[in-house]
Amino acid sequence: MLSLLLILVAALFFTGIIIRTKSLASGRKGPGIIQPIKDVIRLFKKGSVYSQTTSIIFQIAPTIYFASVVMAMLVIPFGQSKGIISFNGDFIFFAYVLALGKFFSIISALDTGSSFEGMGASREALYSMFAEPAFFILMGSLALLTGYTSFHEIFAALHVGSYISYAITVLATFVLVMVAMIENSRMPIDDPKTHLELTMVHEVMILDNSGFDLGLILTAGFMKFAIYGALVVNLFIGMVRYEYAIPMFFAIQFLMAVSIGLIESFMARFRMSHNAQFIVALTSVSLLIFFAVLLILGKFA
Amino acid sequence: MNYIAIGNNSTIAISDIPEIVYDDFFKLNTELVANHPERHCVNYFGYNYGERIKLICCIADDNSHEIFVSSCLVSPTDTLKAFTSKLLCFEKFEREIHENFGIGFSGHPWLKPVRYSFNRNDKTKTIANYPFFKIESEELHEVGVGPIHAGVIEPGHFRFICNGEQILHLEIQLGYQHRGIEQLFIEKKRLLERTTLAESIAGDTVIGHTTAFSNIWESLCEFERTRDIDFSRTLALELERIAIHTGDLSAVCTDIAYQLGSSVFGRLRTPIINFMQEWGGNRLSKGFVRPGRNQFPFTPELGKRLALVLDAFERDFDEMNTELFKLPSALSRFERTGVVPSADILSIGAVGMAARMSKLNRDIRQSHPFGLYPELQHQPIIKHHGDVYSRVQIRKEEVKQSIGYVRKLIKNIPEPNTKPFKLKTPNPNSFTLSLVEGWRGEICHCAITDSKGELILYKIKDPSFHNWLALALAVRNNEISDFPICNKSFNLSYCGHDL
Repeated sequence: MLSLLLILVAALFFTGIIIRTKSLASGRKGPGIIQPIKDVIRLFKKGSVYSQTTSIIFQIAPTIYFASVVMAMLVIPFGQSKGIISFNGDFIFFAYVLALGKFFSIISALDTGSSFEGMGASREALYSMFAEPAFFILMGSLALLTGYTSFHEIFAALHVGSYISYAITVLATFVLVMVAMIENSRMPIDDPKTHLELTMVHEVMILDNSGFDLGLILTAGFMKFAIYGALVVNLFIGMVRYEYAIPMFFAIQFLMAVSIGLIESFMARFRMSHNAQFIVALTSVSLLIFFAVLLILGKFA
Repeated sequence: MNYIAIGNNSTIAISDIPEIVYDDFFKLNTELVANHPERHCVNYFGYNYGERIKLICCIADDNSHEIFVSSCLVSPTDTLKAFTSKLLCFEKFEREIHENFGIGFSGHPWLKPVRYSFNRNDKTKTIANYPFFKIESEELHEVGVGPIHAGVIEPGHFRFICNGEQILHLEIQLGYQHRGIEQLFIEKKRLLERTTLAESIAGDTVIGHTTAFSNIWESLCEFERTRDIDFSRTLALELERIAIHTGDLSAVCTDIAYQLGSSVFGRLRTPIINFMQEWGGNRLSKGFVRPGRNQFPFTPELGKRLALVLDAFERDFDEMNTELFKLPSALSRFERTGVVPSADILSIGAVGMAARMSKLNRDIRQSHPFGLYPELQHQPIIKHHGDVYSRVQIRKEEVKQSIGYVRKLIKNIPEPNTKPFKLKTPNPNSFTLSLVEGWRGEICHCAITDSKGELILYKIKDPSFHNWLALALAVRNNEISDFPICNKSFNLSYCGHDL
């Protein structure tokens, strides 16, 4: 329950902080922190326009996408407090309920029949496919290390003690942050600010969505950020008491948003063909974690 | 001789242009250009001459600083042997003649409409039924972009044939911006109207096009330009180059999602165009160039201001360039993206920056100097790789070069001429040609007058006319997601092409 509230609060500010960081870095004042939320509220007051070439898929997809992100949010724990849903193997549920949402957003993009959206859908599918092993090898390694298979138990049992486990935490943070960047279509994989359909990944898939549906998709995006931020936080706060853990949660979320903003200000986007290489390289970082875990457990003879 | 050699901005009697039969005309012009990289066709057009069509071909020679003009009378029902069958660089010109007059060209591989001019020969050819190159394949797919641009720029349609993310072929269809400018030049009789028209040919090359028009008009009226007029125009042309190149650098950074470059270069463009406001009352230089006079004399006070503006500009410009050209993520987007080999550049007759980025030295400031350029001893900046990186480098270095020229020019500001000016009526039965190196490349204007000295033809060629094809070649075998950056690195004009 606690994690749900914290994630929702973080989601309110996360995107606003990124945008503000980027504005300040380029010497502009920039919009207020909650401007993205105001925009979404405006969208929620509007109706949606549907192209005549689309079918029911296009109309239900935003809702399913939104619902999938909410479901995924429910399994995230916060330190010693469980998520609203918690069971053995819930991290698999987490990954695939998000994948379900993504699957629907992909087929709804194809449903519009636009050549742009088809390209975007194919890119998104490719990148998610490459990112999946990175996430699972990471979570599998942590499960192996702790001997549990639910988010709550894994994180509660994760003691940062030896040097090797410090290394694991650092690598795991890196992998989770990068997976968050890929899942949320941020730089250096995708440029969320671009107006050029030919270079877009996620944005081009939602070109035809409008009004309420667009609001749902954007809100889901805000929450996704906070969800991955919460996962990163969980790596650190296993045994920490709440009065320290809660400020830490916000500090880490804030840091993550600011660093995303800085990355987006001071580097150029990858060439599209380099993205695939980059994402596959993430998997090898996950494999490092896996070998480190084997080392700790003494599985190497 | 079968042709007459003239200099830039010189007026000759129309009867002085030798008129030869088409076979000789074909042989002469193709032989002039073939295997001579220093020569290229600056304009080739036709106009109604009684019942028949007179074709005039102008070939510029960069070494001898001359332009070879020849002409030929043909009938609209003729089918002629296409120059294009020998040399690709005539391709667009022959398409235009075919579109306007219906003259057939045998051996032309791509006789498609150019811009759907209002007075075209075949009105059944419309923008809606353009014959696109088609593919019959299950694996390949087509992506159509435009004509409505996702941002705020002009309309044009781009049709890609792709294999997955890879572009195999791009066809560019233009003509959405056609305003009938050339016809308006003839219909509008007042000089002021015509000058404002010249300013509107391409909104980003106001000084370039207006200078070309003014030079033509002054040449037709036998007006001797005073030094202060040439000074103002040369200075303004270089300032325009600095401003637009800087803006382009910003746009290229936007397209690779490099926010710092995008905002810093974007900001740097402003002081330059604000200076134009200070000097000439308009940030986009409208109302600045007027034939026969120096509308806004350059004073020593302005010179001091400009020196300050440039000092502040150059410091930040250098710093930002250092950042940009050492940033690995930016370089990886620039290098080996959108390569046009120099053989292709030569064969399609690209001009200006698009030529210089791929080893081809084409710069009117050096080859056919006008204004104060003879004194500046301009040395063009040549790059060798023909990729986005070369095009970005050219912009960076040309800005630096232009700053140098501006500093040199304002050391010696000429006294404004206070004598009241009087333009005569244009010479009758004359032909004039003016070449100007705008920031994008060579601008060519040609004018022909009738027996009363009235314009009967005004022909405009913006550098974009040739260079759009260079873009289509550049994106081949590139990723489709690199199209925007290739496009921006050329930054061609839609309205300059469509007229």
